[in-house]
Amino acid sequence: MLKIALIGAGKMGISHLSILGGYADADIVGVCDTSKMVTDFLSKQGKFNCFADYNKMIAETKPDAVVVAVPTKFHYSIIKDLLEKNINVFAEKPFCLNYEQSEELVALAAKNNLVNQVGYHNKFIGTFKEVKRIAESGALGDIYHFIGESYGPVVLKKKAETWRSDPAEGGGCLLDYASHVIDLLNGILSPVKSAKGTLLKSIYSGKVEDAVYSLLEMQSGQTGLLSVNWSDDTYRKMSTSVTLVGTQGKLISDANELKVFFKEDNALAGYSKGWNVKYITELQDSVDFYLRGEEYSAQLDYFVKAAKGEVPNNINNFASAANTDKAISIIRNNSK
Amino acid sequence: MERILFGDNQFFAVNHISDSKSREQSIKFKDDSAIMKVLDDAINAGINTFMCTTHDRIANICDIIRANPEKYNDFKIFPCMPYAHKYANAVTELGIAGTLKQYVPGNFFGSLFKGGMAYLSKDYESIMELMIDAEMKMFKGINTPVIWLQNVITDLLLGLRAYDVLVAFHVYIKKKYNAEAGFITMNMPKLVEVLEKGGVENPIICSSINKAGFRMSGGKEIYEETLKTKKFRAVAMQVLGGGAINPKEALEYVCALPNIESILFGASSKGNIENTVSIIHSFDKKIMLETN
Repeated sequence: MLKIALIGAGKMGISHLSILGGYADADIVGVCDTSKMVTDFLSKQGKFNCFADYNKMIAETKPDAVVVAVPTKFHYSIIKDLLEKNINVFAEKPFCLNYEQSEELVALAAKNNLVNQVGYHNKFIGTFKEVKRIAESGALGDIYHFIGESYGPVVLKKKAETWRSDPAEGGGCLLDYASHVIDLLNGILSPVKSAKGTLLKSIYSGKVEDAVYSLLEMQSGQTGLLSVNWSDDTYRKMSTSVTLVGTQGKLISDANELKVFFKEDNALAGYSKGWNVKYITELQDSVDFYLRGEEYSAQLDYFVKAAKGEVPNNINNFASAANTDKAISIIRNNSK
Repeated sequence: MERILFGDNQFFAVNHISDSKSREQSIKFKDDSAIMKVLDDAINAGINTFMCTTHDRIANICDIIRANPEKYNDFKIFPCMPYAHKYANAVTELGIAGTLKQYVPGNFFGSLFKGGMAYLSKDYESIMELMIDAEMKMFKGINTPVIWLQNVITDLLLGLRAYDVLVAFHVYIKKKYNAEAGFITMNMPKLVEVLEKGGVENPIICSSINKAGFRMSGGKEIYEETLKTKKFRAVAMQVLGGGAINPKEALEYVCALPNIESILFGASSKGNIENTVSIIHSFDKKIMLETN
């Protein structure tokens, strides 16, 4: 059984730990966090072997793989250390604060032949997987425009500053929120090549942007719009959607519902001329343990299987997350 | 528990298959009076239990119910706690300890945990109890015979193997509120096993149960097997599989399963409420006649 450990038991770390705890195929050998309140709970209740120092944990528990869910500013140094110790790594998103560091880690993981993944969970959502399949099939014809959107209620008023309001700590809508949509578009179409015009808007935050509006060109030549706003309280929670407009059809999809219009019959098996609607209920594979969306369980399942050599490690690997970090940098530079 | 429980997702723009539908609902139920009207429709269709999350707006609904004691004499609320979105942002920004410091009432943290003292199991239980009491405040004076733990917390604790906390929830609800604890989960077979081992007799458990197998973790077969062989009081939710299954077919499947005490559903129109209630009753009657 794969020996796995966790560094960072905050919101995402605890969520990953719980999913792994309900998962039959991994042995959780250690948990590391700096909060004594959290580690006392985990060791008393779940009988997890807890540490305050990750080096000590690695030395004592010798994991095959580690989930890194510390604040983004610590990703680079901790992940580099783990890769040098020949440990497979699953890291939370975003990957690194600058893409030069991301690319260095991509190379290091490849050199040491280690399995590597970043937690862009949207790629494990059934509707978005189907969007990618449709886009790649060519059934939409020439995709001449796209819109990638995400809206949600994160920063709704001026408030006391936390890491979220500090760009040096991974704060801001572009890194924290828009990264999900950029990563999704990168995966469905091709990586971002350039930004043609960008507005980073501060609405309530002082030092960081709360909204990102950018015209993008992908490496494949397709162009479209990125529109992301985390200060939108007309949404109950983060809502991400993708629109693709092509010469043979048009597609609009969010996490729950995929609507696609084809100009002709026989564009794609299972679809007909005119509007087709598919729901997540028919597109999502079920999981063995569910915490907060099948995609969170599915991505860890994929990582564990990749570490065991059962799947190819080509979804959300470091290289793909580095492309997203690079796109973030392109967009930020374009706004200046 | 009554055979049919009325849910609240439609009031708070929770829709598992359509974001656009969820916006329509949010517009439709902007005013509390629109929620009350649908609740009254449900009562008129014979449903007297409203199972709802501890959303801020439920406090207003509770005020209306308290203000009309005669009209809502038989009305019961099954509170489901916590409304997780309230805390989710805080956890990202402030961490777990920071969030608890912000939300746990009183000066619990300031007074107890100065310096690097070890935390005891009873400390965590005290935190839980204080948070339950805070969430229950809005229901004062209302009949709440079953008090539920939301699936995101039940399943989080299940995965973290914090089984004692699940049992402690059950014990505290009984002791403090003279009510039954209920557990909502997306991992029903696993939870049944854990609560059984923890000595919770005949627990009340609500989970997705539908013909499509949607959100039935581990597969439909193990759910059906658990219903057949284990002792617990099951509530079926998401019986329509998020609306993806034909309602008649969906309800026939659930009504025919053994050991399902109650069916939870939500609807926004009088017609849909009456229709669902009548389909459930007719399948129940049919099955009763067949088994006699």
